[in-house]
Amino acid sequence: MVDSLQRLHLILSANKYIRTLPPELQKRLQSLLSSPAEQFQVLSSAVLRETLPPAAHSGNYSQENIVQLNGHAAALLLSQAGSRADVSSLCTQLLRGLESRQSEGPTNSLTHTLPILNTILTHNPECLTEDHVTLLSKKLVDWLRYASILQGGGASSGGFFTGPRSRQPVPIAELDGTVSGDFFTVLCVGQSFTEDQWMNVFSFSALRHWLLTYHSVSNGNGTADTAHRLQLSLSLSHSHSFSNDDRSEVDGSVVSMVSATSSSSRLLPPKERLREKSFQYCQRLIEQSDRKAHKKSDADLQKACLVEAVCILDCVCEEDASLVFRAFPCIKALFGRLSSDLSFARVLLPIAQFYLNHGEMAAVDCGSVWALVFGRFPSELFNDPFLAHELLRFLRLNLESLQLRVPQYTHSFPNLLKFLAWDSPAVVDDFVDLLPSLVTAGTAVELLHTLLDLPCLSATLVLQVRSTCLPISEQSGRGLLSLDAFRSPSFRGLFLFLLRGEAGSGDTIDRLSTLHELLVETADWPRVVQCAQIVPVLLHIFFNTVITVADEKLLAHLILVMLERSSLLLNIPKYNKEIHRVFSSHLLRLCKLHPSLVMDQSHELLEFSGATANVYSKEEIYTHVVWVLGEYLSVSCDSRCSVTLITSCFEALEAVLFEITSSVPPPGADCPAPRVVTTLMSALAKLASRSHDLIPRVSLFLSKLRTVTRGGSVAWCSDEEDLVAIVTRGEELWSLLKAPGVAQSVLTPPAHVTTPQWHRDTNVALPLRLRTLTNLTHSH
Amino acid sequence: MVRCFLIHTVCPVNALGAGESRVLYCRVFGPDESLFTDQEREFSPEERRVLQREQTAVVARQVHSAASLSRGAAGRLLMEALPGEEALALQEADSGVLRLRAGDPFPEEMSALWLGVQSLGFTLVCEPHENLLLAEGTLRTLTRHCLEHLHLLGPGSEVLLRSDRIDALLSRLLPHGQLLFLNHRFAHSLEKEVAAYMTK
Repeated sequence: MVDSLQRLHLILSANKYIRTLPPELQKRLQSLLSSPAEQFQVLSSAVLRETLPPAAHSGNYSQENIVQLNGHAAALLLSQAGSRADVSSLCTQLLRGLESRQSEGPTNSLTHTLPILNTILTHNPECLTEDHVTLLSKKLVDWLRYASILQGGGASSGGFFTGPRSRQPVPIAELDGTVSGDFFTVLCVGQSFTEDQWMNVFSFSALRHWLLTYHSVSNGNGTADTAHRLQLSLSLSHSHSFSNDDRSEVDGSVVSMVSATSSSSRLLPPKERLREKSFQYCQRLIEQSDRKAHKKSDADLQKACLVEAVCILDCVCEEDASLVFRAFPCIKALFGRLSSDLSFARVLLPIAQFYLNHGEMAAVDCGSVWALVFGRFPSELFNDPFLAHELLRFLRLNLESLQLRVPQYTHSFPNLLKFLAWDSPAVVDDFVDLLPSLVTAGTAVELLHTLLDLPCLSATLVLQVRSTCLPISEQSGRGLLSLDAFRSPSFRGLFLFLLRGEAGSGDTIDRLSTLHELLVETADWPRVVQCAQIVPVLLHIFFNTVITVADEKLLAHLILVMLERSSLLLNIPKYNKEIHRVFSSHLLRLCKLHPSLVMDQSHELLEFSGATANVYSKEEIYTHVVWVLGEYLSVSCDSRCSVTLITSCFEALEAVLFEITSSVPPPGADCPAPRVVTTLMSALAKLASRSHDLIPRVSLFLSKLRTVTRGGSVAWCSDEEDLVAIVTRGEELWSLLKAPGVAQSVLTPPAHVTTPQWHRDTNVALPLRLRTLTNLTHSH
Repeated sequence: MVRCFLIHTVCPVNALGAGESRVLYCRVFGPDESLFTDQEREFSPEERRVLQREQTAVVARQVHSAASLSRGAAGRLLMEALPGEEALALQEADSGVLRLRAGDPFPEEMSALWLGVQSLGFTLVCEPHENLLLAEGTLRTLTRHCLEHLHLLGPGSEVLLRSDRIDALLSRLLPHGQLLFLNHRFAHSLEKEVAAYMTK
């Protein structure tokens, strides 16, 4: 039977589309849900989850009382909820069950209440009424604060000595074995546990979510209320009394610090009382986490509890600012305890969040916190994927606040980028979101250099990790010249620059080419390759952002950097080409936005375009530089432009064009792409149209070109079609230049022609408007 | 809260295309989220189920890709652990966490924690504010139990036909997707119940 059920489940679950079972089978399975054998419960629940509920189910829904069902049947019911109303009714049933405390139901049903409610709350907090919230708040207080502090009786663990002695109630213990001196928490142990101790675990597990759902919304309290609450909590923090209506017992013996400062909860309404008890619970957990647990799993749990406790404290302090003054000493002490131990890094992040949220109010100096978050963590823990995820998430969520309160944020990119350099695929998404905030006018140039050398950083980090693993004396056998270089003192400075933690010590290094040579063998390492693939994306984001913060002077500098770096990149296959492509598109964009940039950098651009070698090695950029010169080097773009300048530019381009169309390409290089040739020709024509003396020279060249190519193939162009295209273009330009006035208006059009606003033109506007209206009125 | 728990392949599978992952076990917790998003029309149960399937398939694919890239970058050789060496296999496992952007594939942003043990991936999809330290610990515990009780390391894995065992395990350690703060005594008590179930 079990086998057939398992097979049935497999068949149904393998199918993407849901099936309906025959009603007989459905009924049979339904009855199995309440079978005493758990295996049948599980299997029938699993099978039914894969099928459509029977048609009349919506009526049945309210008839099943979820409280009386076992966990598996309850899960099925939950998954079959078809509407918000169904879910609300489940909530109501669960809470009614809690209220009346039906003792006939199996104990399971009580422990499952909180998880089920919690999962419903994720999407639908409104399904609990105010009364429900109050009821549950009271229950949570009971379970969290007043659970039994004696070990559960239950079945004996079967030791040798059974008898009256073992049945004496034994108090619960801490994780290090000492007897517990305060209320029960998840970090207390015993041989077996009572039901309310189980509920303590479930309550704490659900607590943060509960608080975030119902306590994060500010109920619009006025300052009068806040003052009242502050007064109340301060006056109560010195008293020591217990509430009447809960099951707490006066325990006169060893009482820890937490209970001694507890407030009289009798006076607080349920929500506030829960907040207060949560506060105490968290403080106790923080104390308990200082103990040395015997087992590793418990030590791990202590860490997780610390994270949760700090987060909950943060949450309650958000809601009630008066708690900040009580919480901060505790958090500060915790920070002091953990800050030098990197294995607690993930606990320190929620502490940093607490400092960020409440530090200002408490006038606490947060410098050491940020030194960790932006300093030690990225530089020493860049290879911890979980820390990386959490730290970057912390940055993303608090970006505005950090930019305001942490001045060193924008200078910390050399460190932060280490996460990206180490594991690009995992965190590139986060950096797509974060990078814009790191682009500032002051650091833009250094950032650009850093992004371009990200693969080098990647290689360096790998070397750093390897260096610590391999003993120094061992000769790095398999060609790890880079590792030797990394360890050698003469090159140390280069690597140290890449590994720097902060911006501001220099845009880049002089001996960059040396560094690239040292790292040439790393070009096929997986991390380096992965990193190289994401750099173009980041560059796009960089340039898109920088134009919003940079002035023309900075943009001119960036163009310079682009030209310089186009030949100064780590030699990874396809990397150079990709970067050149990004540079080209943004060079174009920048010059289009600010045509006078061409004038500003005319010297460098001329030098670049006058070097014939660039035609072959950096074709993409070369083409765009030439285009940009031809287009924007004119008086109409910048009044500083002189005839002399136009002439010298013309001569430089003319020389290159002559050279590439009169000889074979250098050994190892392909023929220049047709686009380069035509762009050069067009640029020359444009320049000539602005200084008519130059026209005869161009025309002479173009007619010579026609003659030469009539003889058939040429050494510098392998494809016949391409040659025809080039020659055609040449002829077009030649005929255009025969009428200089026309040439000028075609090749150097005034602004109103190139940026048409057709909708303003009286003649063109009407047809456009009519077409737009037609499109709008014809809805799809 | 945990939204779902998956077991899927993280190695190339002959029958599937490159980068495709086969989902061997999938458990989604809680009511269907599409009930609560503002939709123009409500989804029928069939459509909801297909949507859920597609979402989990997307997650499996993304984790598969992340795991492959991570393994490639680490450059470690996959060691075949034998049955009985579950603890070792777990220690050697690759792990990581993936950010699933809002809309891709769940309506809100999620974090997917994964463990790669040889050819299998174990993934927990959590809400982002969740305690990831606790989630990581829980994932490791779940994986250890799955490896032990389903004999996943040897040939002839039983994960497909014995999914009820995983259901029973989840109902104890991750009831309805709730992560639990369990010290070793609580965990021991639950694991005793699980072991009792598995021996049936």
